[in-house]
Amino acid sequence: MNKPLRRVAIFCGLLVLALLIRANYVQFVQADSLKNNVHNRRVAINQYANPRGDIIVDGKAVTGHTATNGSDFKYKATFKNGSMWAPVTGYASQAFGTSMLEGVEDKVLTGDDDRLFFNRTIDILSGKKKQGGDVVTTLNAAAQKAAFDGLGSKKGAVAAIDPRTGAILALASTPSYDPSTFAGNSTTDSKNWNQLKDDKNEPMLNRALRQTYPPGSAFKVVTAAAALENGLYSSIDEKTNSPVPYILPNTTTELKNEGNIPCENATLRVALRYSCNTVFGKIGADLGRDKMVAEAKKFGFNDELFVPVRAAKSNFSTTMDKPQTALSSIGQFETAATPLQMAMIASAVANNGVLMEPYLVQKLQAANNSVIEQHTDKTYSQPLSAANAQKLQSMMETVVTSGTGTNAQIPGVTVGGKTGTAQHGVNNDKNPYAWFISYAKTDSGSPVAVAVVVEDGSANRGDISGGGLAAPIAKKVMEAVLNK
Amino acid sequence: MSVISNTTTITSVGAPSRRNTELALLVFAVVIPVFAYANVGLAINGKLPSGMLSYGLGLTALATVAHLAVRKFAPYADPLLLPLATLLNGMGLVFIWRLDQSQRLIQLAKYEYGSFSPSTPKQLLFSALGVALFVGVLILLKDHRILQRYTYISMVAALVLLILPVFFPPVFGARIWVRIPGVGSLQPGEFAKIILSVFFAGYLMVKRDALALASRRFMGLYLPRGRDLGPILVIWGLSILILVFETDLGTSLLFFGLFVIMLYVATERTSWIVFGLLMSAVGAVGVTTFESQVQGRVNAWLDPFAVFTTGKGSDQVAQALMSFGSGGIFGTGLGQGHSDLIGFAANSDFILATVGEELGLAGLMAFLLIYGLIVERGVRTALAARDPFGKLLAIGLSGAFALQIFVVAGGVMGLIPLTGMTMPFVAAGGSSVIANWALIGILLRISDTARRPAPAPAPSPDAEPTQVVRVQ
Repeated sequence: MNKPLRRVAIFCGLLVLALLIRANYVQFVQADSLKNNVHNRRVAINQYANPRGDIIVDGKAVTGHTATNGSDFKYKATFKNGSMWAPVTGYASQAFGTSMLEGVEDKVLTGDDDRLFFNRTIDILSGKKKQGGDVVTTLNAAAQKAAFDGLGSKKGAVAAIDPRTGAILALASTPSYDPSTFAGNSTTDSKNWNQLKDDKNEPMLNRALRQTYPPGSAFKVVTAAAALENGLYSSIDEKTNSPVPYILPNTTTELKNEGNIPCENATLRVALRYSCNTVFGKIGADLGRDKMVAEAKKFGFNDELFVPVRAAKSNFSTTMDKPQTALSSIGQFETAATPLQMAMIASAVANNGVLMEPYLVQKLQAANNSVIEQHTDKTYSQPLSAANAQKLQSMMETVVTSGTGTNAQIPGVTVGGKTGTAQHGVNNDKNPYAWFISYAKTDSGSPVAVAVVVEDGSANRGDISGGGLAAPIAKKVMEAVLNK
Repeated sequence: MSVISNTTTITSVGAPSRRNTELALLVFAVVIPVFAYANVGLAINGKLPSGMLSYGLGLTALATVAHLAVRKFAPYADPLLLPLATLLNGMGLVFIWRLDQSQRLIQLAKYEYGSFSPSTPKQLLFSALGVALFVGVLILLKDHRILQRYTYISMVAALVLLILPVFFPPVFGARIWVRIPGVGSLQPGEFAKIILSVFFAGYLMVKRDALALASRRFMGLYLPRGRDLGPILVIWGLSILILVFETDLGTSLLFFGLFVIMLYVATERTSWIVFGLLMSAVGAVGVTTFESQVQGRVNAWLDPFAVFTTGKGSDQVAQALMSFGSGGIFGTGLGQGHSDLIGFAANSDFILATVGEELGLAGLMAFLLIYGLIVERGVRTALAARDPFGKLLAIGLSGAFALQIFVVAGGVMGLIPLTGMTMPFVAAGGSSVIANWALIGILLRISDTARRPAPAPAPSPDAEPTQVVRVQ
């Protein structure tokens, strides 16, 4: 009987071998994917097992943490003035995950980032608890407050950039939400979360980064830049060849202006001052789709940006025909932009044609304040030459001194801007979007460029215009930055 | 030494008893779990567990009693089996105690049953009963061949044990439990494993020649005669019935596999394995097609994470896999994992996930190798046994043990569909730990008989030195 016994012994050995191989497969080959599986609660437990790092604005933390008991999560994130900072911080909820900076920089905030390995090891050796790192942002607390208060109960968003570096100074979105109301995992937290999710005003939408709006006349700055860059008109004070009304090419459709304004053969300066649809529509058609697309692209359209939070892609159609190109060039048709994108346009003009890459995080640091990552300024593109940028600045400053943007004037400061009133809805039946993009200039260049969009200020359609609703908010934001 | 003993005499020195080796190994088998126990306490509460002294003393007492019994009643038994079983039992107690500390499992039990009672004291009691049974086997079973007398009684007893759970309500979908009010619940399958081995060994020892020789050759295979085929069909039918009525894939696989292994060893005919595999394949596929409980298990095996999207079934397998994966190579350390996320049966059927998560791949492989070593010592005992009954019984017991390890560990690690069985010695559960101590006892008895030196020949008159006698 010994021969079959030996074979049975081999068979039993194979059974154990199969188990050993499976153990290696599960615990080594598949280990990482199982460990980080979305259904693996250990991920969340680990996220809240230690005090979370802070998100810092102007040297002060806008987030924090508090110890909790009664659940497997030891700590809970807290937020100071949560609704104002929500578009920047996002939320960090035990039950519902993370978003925005809390999500993108999660590894640093929990202390799990590989670059914190050294600090972690030191902490283990010295018997300290694991500590999360901090995220130091570029935001300007005064500008953020001005933006958030300026929007008030209106629905809209503000994005402000320092044109010289690309640092994002303000990022506001209303209506907003307080992330601390659902930071835990209790039933109250779920109720608050569901309420916010179901709210038809979408308080959890980050309008400054993630919502694209038709920019309307504010887009004419890009069209003007394209005209100058492509040499269609070399002087901003020479007469253009622009009939009123302008018949869209290959169609019988008339393109009109809002009201009775002097647009026939108007100079670029005058056309921007009065916001002539006819002049800029014709420029778009004259330049053609490809040149317009190329210029829009240089300003950042059709590109998804990570600041490092993802910003939605702003759209400028690449497949349109000639009449559509004319409409797109005055910010209609399929043209749509995020507030951040519009701030980038003002920023590029203000910074003498150089567009700096926008960014939200100045540096990441360990709990002991040692820097683990520092931002270095990067040029995104140069949409227009310095000479042309100065011409465009002159045009935009005229808009503020004597055009549609007079509400943004700041005594003693040079301000350039452009209004926009974008119609939307079927037959334009919804309240238009009021836009204002602007920049302020000092002796040391331009410290702030801002874009403001207000979705629907009041029931009275007549009141809604970029100059009336949006420009005062932009002015307050610029003042906040200048007075700093 | 004097010169006189220079003459070679075949004496009964034989193999060394190895009892001191066993004792030395037992020291490790007790010290390792005690350290693990201290480790869990420090990791969870930051201090040494209060029950540490009594736990250490209890485990030492069990090991000492078992060792003394072996020394007295089975002095030539295999030296590895007892320390290995003690180590597994001790570590099992540590893991069960560690899961008793889990707030999540306490909450779950309170929510589900209204109260929580820790499993460790019960398991400690069952371990003591198990060791008592082990000692009882060594004392009462002077020779394993006595069991041969009970061949057909064993058959009846095994059938009763296997059929009994049908009359009791299913627990978590499987009817493998017998609930005795006031006493607790019993898993008869664990005992049936041993009793069936006794029956098979006795039956096959008698019938092996008929099964092996009276056969027709067909396409290179020896086909058994119809009447010899009878028993295998009966066992096959029985395991199918277990599968259908008790929806217990593991037990039916175990019994059928056990029978095929023993049949193969008894007859040395490969054709039986072919028949066995074919019949179990037919049975498994057939039952899976009709039985929804078995289907659910198979689906959970094919896609463990589907439960999160469909919401149907149990997420236990997925949770176990994530537990293993989160352990990685070296594990989180005792007491620092989250294997309690598995929920129910975390300390019984799924206890291996805690081993994998907290001791890592390294610890899990060590456990699997310990089990492998027990099987190997069992097979070695079968090889060393001098009588066919002992050989068959030893291979039956160790084969059943190996199959059980494979079915349980494979199920928990997602290698095969999950079945309702427990890891011997480690998992919480009275029947399992008691039955497996008895199993080790019988193996020790067989190995003692096998390694025991042949009794000294009776002094015969011929042994007297030849004398030259002057004959007148």
